[in-house]
Amino acid sequence: MSEKPNSKPQVRAPRVNHETKPFWDATAEGKLLVKKCNDCGENHFYPRTFCPFCFSDNTEFLECSGKGVIYTYSVTRRTKEPWAIAYVTLEEGPTMMTNLINCDFDNLSIGQAVEVAFIDTGEGTALPFFQPA
Amino acid sequence: MTIKGKAYIAGIYEHPTREATGKTVPQLHAEVAKGALEDAGLTKDDIDAYYCAGDVPGMGGINQAEYMGLKLRQIDSTETGGSSYVLHVNHAAQAIATGHCKVALITLAGRPRADAKDKIRVRPGGGAPAEYGFEGPFRPTVTNMYGMAAMRHMHEFGTTSEQLAWVKVAASHHAQYNEHAVLRDVVTVEDVLNSPIIADPLHRLDCCVVSDGGGAIIVVAPEIAKQLKRPAVRVLGAGEAPKHLNGGKVDLTFSGARWSGPDAFSEAGVTPADIKYASIYDSFTITVVETLEDLGFCAKGEGGKFVADGNLISGVGKLPFNTDGGGLCNNHPSDRGGITKVIEAVRQLRGEAHPKVQVPNCDIALAHGTGGLLGSRMGSGTLIMERGDA
Repeated sequence: MSEKPNSKPQVRAPRVNHETKPFWDATAEGKLLVKKCNDCGENHFYPRTFCPFCFSDNTEFLECSGKGVIYTYSVTRRTKEPWAIAYVTLEEGPTMMTNLINCDFDNLSIGQAVEVAFIDTGEGTALPFFQPA
Repeated sequence: MTIKGKAYIAGIYEHPTREATGKTVPQLHAEVAKGALEDAGLTKDDIDAYYCAGDVPGMGGINQAEYMGLKLRQIDSTETGGSSYVLHVNHAAQAIATGHCKVALITLAGRPRADAKDKIRVRPGGGAPAEYGFEGPFRPTVTNMYGMAAMRHMHEFGTTSEQLAWVKVAASHHAQYNEHAVLRDVVTVEDVLNSPIIADPLHRLDCCVVSDGGGAIIVVAPEIAKQLKRPAVRVLGAGEAPKHLNGGKVDLTFSGARWSGPDAFSEAGVTPADIKYASIYDSFTITVVETLEDLGFCAKGEGGKFVADGNLISGVGKLPFNTDGGGLCNNHPSDRGGITKVIEAVRQLRGEAHPKVQVPNCDIALAHGTGGLLGSRMGSGTLIMERGDA
């Protein structure tokens, strides 16, 4: 793979609420969480109190490996500093939105292995970007 | 048709809290939903219609439906302030009476006291939908969100940029006859491919126009229609469905049309083969390709081949579409293309489309709208209409 790093990612602090605070607190420690349902066993993302599959509120956070594959992506090019938005399917099942960083935008592919790369927002959270594994 | 005796209230729940510190608004909506379901002895999966008003965060009820994991045939976010939920009962009863749903959920929730006191900084009131913090920082735009759907469709089915370009080419062939169209020049596949990439894989000419303006529609009872002089157009059937990211089980290769279409065809008692003209929401070329597949005009994955070689051009292909030039060339007023889709279908059924694009013997037409984003969550609506005397 070519080593042309893309432009510096924009780091915008996420909006945190009561349901998502544990997720964002964990990002500051470099941990990626999804929500697991203790009744039906399904993992879901984004995390909510209620399992969106069986509607149980017996859910808890589950720490992920941080590894996944690109489900799809799109490089926004008609701009001074292009960026690559993507959905990454995690090893734990759920697919999540992210940006791909530390990569050559012209050599990305669907199915490519990626890993989480947190960047500190300076506000007690870190954004889960992904980079080639 | 009346709602009298056609619908019943089966479950109710009033949240016991009077100060919801530590809870989010979507969570409160889910809590009251769960309470009402338990009261009724029903489960989440029984719900096929959802009604809510301005207190729910997001785009109508779609974001809340996503939070709760609802699979719906009917969605309505009529907003009349505090009275909204009374109207919702009526709307739900109408939908049930006409067979569009069986179990309708209505929710109201909010936390004005907690907003004032809570230590965690959250937007007051409805505020940001639940998924916002997980998407906003990654800079989704309209174009890259449709771009991601197109990339996945290409990956799974081998759809090409050339095939997508044919959608724009067909729209341009129609727009040349529309004196009001924003873009009246006929374009070629090469023109589309040579226009700059906005967000992979979508070129500038894969995108709809930005335009001002608007439109309106009047719907009347048969006895009124009989008294009027204009050619009558009868509503045969309709279907609606929100689609969302489904708790992270993401599939961007289809739209809500996969669900709204069959409902509309079933109610109308017709099949895709009966449709002489189709208005297909064309925010982007990929929107049309996925929608045609979902509505059953071709098999899933065959949309690219279906639109190629001018198959959507009136007088040339099998399925004339968007004969006004559509959103891609004519008009996308206020970034919302739904009303112009219905209007051009009515023109076709009345025989009042431009003579160069009028479909001969156009007796049955379809109009389909896709609101929101193909790359995350959307509201889909399908309408089938027939030319005929009132």
